[in-house]
Amino acid sequence: MWRIYRLGLMALLPMNVLAIPVDPLNSVQWTTMYNRFLKDYPVQFDSRVQVLAPEQAENSMQVPLAVKVEGLQTIEEILIFADFNPLPKVLTFYPQQALPFIGFRIKLQQASPIRAAVRTADGWHVGGKWVDAAGGGCTLPSAARNSGVWESQLGQVQGRIWQQPSAQRVRFRVIHPMDTGLASGIPKFHLEEINLQDATGKTLAQIKPAEPVSENPIFSIEFPKNLPLPTLHISGRDNNANKIKAELIP
Amino acid sequence: MKLFWLFVSSCCCLVFLSLGVDAVELNYQLVPRQLSSDTYVFVGKTEDFSFENGGNIVNTAFVMTSAGVVVIDTGSSLRYGEQMRQAIAKITDKPIVQVINTHHHPDHFFGNQAFKDVKIAALPTAIEDMEREGGAFSDNMYRMTGDWMRGTEPLAATEKLTADSLNVGDHKFKLLVLQGHSHADLALLDEKTGVLFAGDLVFYNRTPTTPHADIAKWLDALKQLEQLKFTYLVVGHGEVLQDKRAIVQTREYLQWLDQSLKASAESGKDMAEVLQTPIPEKFAKMPLVNFEFSRSVVHLYPALELAVLKPAS
Ligand SMILES: [Zn+2]
Repeated sequence: MWRIYRLGLMALLPMNVLAIPVDPLNSVQWTTMYNRFLKDYPVQFDSRVQVLAPEQAENSMQVPLAVKVEGLQTIEEILIFADFNPLPKVLTFYPQQALPFIGFRIKLQQASPIRAAVRTADGWHVGGKWVDAAGGGCTLPSAARNSGVWESQLGQVQGRIWQQPSAQRVRFRVIHPMDTGLASGIPKFHLEEINLQDATGKTLAQIKPAEPVSENPIFSIEFPKNLPLPTLHISGRDNNANKIKAELIP
Repeated sequence: MKLFWLFVSSCCCLVFLSLGVDAVELNYQLVPRQLSSDTYVFVGKTEDFSFENGGNIVNTAFVMTSAGVVVIDTGSSLRYGEQMRQAIAKITDKPIVQVINTHHHPDHFFGNQAFKDVKIAALPTAIEDMEREGGAFSDNMYRMTGDWMRGTEPLAATEKLTADSLNVGDHKFKLLVLQGHSHADLALLDEKTGVLFAGDLVFYNRTPTTPHADIAKWLDALKQLEQLKFTYLVVGHGEVLQDKRAIVQTREYLQWLDQSLKASAESGKDMAEVLQTPIPEKFAKMPLVNFEFSRSVVHLYPALELAVLKPAS
């Protein structure tokens, strides 16, 4: 009887230990991030998940970031987080009909790994990069809060669709202060969901931004060449139930 | 990279570092280079601010007139200003009668405190910018150079330069009110010696910086500087030369920067992709080109990418 019990323990323990791979970025926050975001599926670090970002953030409130995935099939979601941000979760992207690429800018509170975890049928594939930052990106008020001109334009969208040789590139900007709730006296106020739909209302891709996405975010995404895109409908809402609704025509 | 290293290293390393710097008494080793019988330049390193160089990355100058000494830019800290003053006193016992700041960036005016008994002049807009941004600059400079900054508090110029020339003793300086590197860039042409002090409108073998730049205005300013006859061109950062090579280099880099960023915006690139732009061979050896290019993308790309988007219906 004790033997069986022990065997059972043996089978469980090493699996749990092995399930947390050693972090190539050597971040002391890795285990916390793993437990918070990734532990429900197997995790592997994967060079096919590329994070493009500068070595050093010139502006902690607008750190450029793009995630490119090559060679992974049937992607369910792309989760982006920054280990050392007071609010680590940055954004979740559900590519659906879109190609596994997304670009935008984030607020960084201090030097941190920025990671992209791509979930496929066999679990998470994780890529990442350390970005140094002078600090304060998450706890400073947005530029709009200082200038006070955002209210009349809240939710307005600008954008464009490019026909490129290998893809249809979409870039769009939404006017929103994207307040983290960490700047003193300014409650959390940010876009929560953006849906990209075709003319029939079918969802082509979904973006769920969290607090660290930069003010007036400008997103870059791509659709395959063979996807008909006579128009692209952009709809969504923030955490105060303000709606956005817009239409891009190529 | 350097900052990243500091971040991951322990506190012990930081203490050790600052002790190491203290041991050499935080001396900028300012040695003036003589351009004419009465004009000298302190040539800084073509580096970024660091704990090692303490901010001595800028060119400052002084001119000995019959009425006293004119100082042009005061360096990156109180300590720099003090040491500059000591170095000047070794050359001349004439009093310093006038300080001029070419623009509002910290490496050009943070030594002002050492000259607070002297008239300190700058363009009116530059003075406003010094007052507004001095505090933020100071935080940054402490972060990047540490102990070298001890005691430094931003002291904005007080005297507004509004005329087109300035007479001090037997020297007449033509004042060129320009912009593009910052919102107000002053260039001075000493009509007696022909020395042109261009401030940061011109860099040489040091990649130009763009945190407050307007490239079109900057290129326009370079056009005006190029028309001038000068004996020496004192650039803001880099070697002092007797010809126009520095103007040509600065112009060519800015033109490439402008054109490549516009082309990227026009083709729908994301800012993070623009960071990957290959640097042309011509500029690849310029110190700090990768670093400054990636900074410039952050400074300049937002306006360019916005210009190619259309309002959605
Ligand atoms: Zn400057």
